Amino acid sequence: MEFETIIWHGLAAFLTLCIFTFLYKDNPFYKFAERLVAGVAAGYWTMLVFHKLFVDKVYHTMATGQYAYIIPILLGIGMWTRFSKKHSWISRYSIAFYIGISTGVSIPVYMYTYIFRQISATIIPFTSISNVLVVIFVLCALFYFFFSKAHTGAFNIVSKIGIYTLMIGFGAGFGLTVMGRVALLVQRILFLKDYVREVAAFIGG
Amino acid sequence: MGKKMLFMLLLSLLLFAVGNAQTPLEEVLTDTTGPPVPTSPSNVYVEDKPDDDGHGVIVRWDLSPDDGAGMDNVLGYEVYRSDSPDGEYSYVGMAIKGSDEYEDQDDSPIKNGVPNPDFIETEKTYYYKVRSMAAGGIFSEHSEIASGQAIENWFHSGKIGILVGVLIFWSFVVYFIFKARGGKDFYVRPLAGINAVDDAIGRATEMGRPILFVLGTGTAGDIATIAGFTILSRVAKLTAEYQTKILVPVNEPVMMAVAQETVRTAYLEAGRPDIYKPELISYETAMQFPYVAAVNGIMLRERTATNFYMGVFHAESLILAETGNIAGSIQISGTDQISQLPFFIAATDYTLIGEELYAASAYLSKEPILVGTLKAQDWGKAILMLLLLIGAILISANLSFIRDMVTVNI
Repeated sequence: MEFETIIWHGLAAFLTLCIFTFLYKDNPFYKFAERLVAGVAAGYWTMLVFHKLFVDKVYHTMATGQYAYIIPILLGIGMWTRFSKKHSWISRYSIAFYIGISTGVSIPVYMYTYIFRQISATIIPFTSISNVLVVIFVLCALFYFFFSKAHTGAFNIVSKIGIYTLMIGFGAGFGLTVMGRVALLVQRILFLKDYVREVAAFIGG
Repeated sequence: MGKKMLFMLLLSLLLFAVGNAQTPLEEVLTDTTGPPVPTSPSNVYVEDKPDDDGHGVIVRWDLSPDDGAGMDNVLGYEVYRSDSPDGEYSYVGMAIKGSDEYEDQDDSPIKNGVPNPDFIETEKTYYYKVRSMAAGGIFSEHSEIASGQAIENWFHSGKIGILVGVLIFWSFVVYFIFKARGGKDFYVRPLAGINAVDDAIGRATEMGRPILFVLGTGTAGDIATIAGFTILSRVAKLTAEYQTKILVPVNEPVMMAVAQETVRTAYLEAGRPDIYKPELISYETAMQFPYVAAVNGIMLRERTATNFYMGVFHAESLILAETGNIAGSIQISGTDQISQLPFFIAATDYTLIGEELYAASAYLSKEPILVGTLKAQDWGKAILMLLLLIGAILISANLSFIRDMVTVNI
């Protein structure tokens, strides 16, 4: 193991421990790691944006004569007018365009992913108890999200079944994800253990 | 003696094996033809990839006679492309044994700062040839050359079902918005999470501590984030009236701009533009976990009394909510991310589940556009429930037309 690797791994181990100290309470070590990671991420992201967006989408598109890109470039420049009190209204057009386009693109995607695919997958024959329960519970869960009807009387019962169905699903999801998080913790602890071994091997020659 | 016996035994076995082999030994030793070369694919042709943005073609061919038959030694097909029929052909990809097509698609003219050689230009003629590949790097002759162009399609024929669905929903939305604008008072059932908003802001005011509003790690264009902005508007207006500090750390520049506009307008509506400060909305960083570390720090150092989490959340949801618990904050969350809802339900005081987040916007603002949209959503759901139930009954009787109707193949 090279000395340089020991140093870099040592830094990673130190920062991991700094973050873990948060389990006790907020402290200067955590603050240091937090600000370091936030600062490094902000700097890294800025350079990423510069290369992936400015160089690729602005400089190269103009250099290669793809002048249609002038429209998003102008909208992007419009965002910079926020720094001027007099002209900041221009930025609202850029924001409106951005949100309008994003929403417009999202609608068919949502319609396909969350409605058509789900409904198609739920139209199943009543050939088993399991299939019958799937259809009933889906209907009850959908009913829970009815907002223009008070959940009283029979509606309340259906709505209650719906929310219990959702909670069973959420419980399963919770357990599954917690298992994944525990795996991440184990991975980090193994990293620390390996680092201790690396150092011991380095010192031992 | 033992060694001689062993040698004789091995020699006998070798002679036996040679005598029983299908290829005589002398033929193997004198064979100079090498491994068999597979036959080339035939009838190569190129067609435009349908329903795309004009940057893809499909190269098709008839399988080599040695693919699954004949010598049965074809492992795959290599596809080559050129700008001109006599130009230099470059390798673009391969298809596995038994495949009779290859999709050549790339819509990025620039990659890693340099012109992308794989980019397919719209309405430009490209020339292709294909060859079969056998084990040991043995290739057939190249096929005949075929050419084709990528054409831009304005309409995706596979999405007609979605268009019909959107139009039906849109007609409901327009109808109910007009009804709401005409003065019709639609009932919206109360949501516990939203009823708690006023109390939570009141608590922060009494304690003299700030309120934290987290819009998540999505983008300003996400539907859940847009719903978050509406709730932020309401919360900011109340904080302006109560003169309680609100902190909105964001992870995206556009989100920051929209949040600043939202809070500024809310302060203006509350008649307190003088106490609005742009610094209330701070940009932390765009990366997920560094952003979470920064927000956690704000929670603990500012000792926020109330935390709102409204928008798109990913793996950070539990970390944020648990830190809020440590800080002793009352927490109200809302997201449409199904995988994160369990964490918010477990770790925050009130949670707006999925569509409740959108409903909250309408409930709080009482704007005819939002209330009308909510009513249309309910009608949309009623139709879907009906389709689901009737579809399931019919498919039990082997009638699948409702399922076929809602099955969209993209």
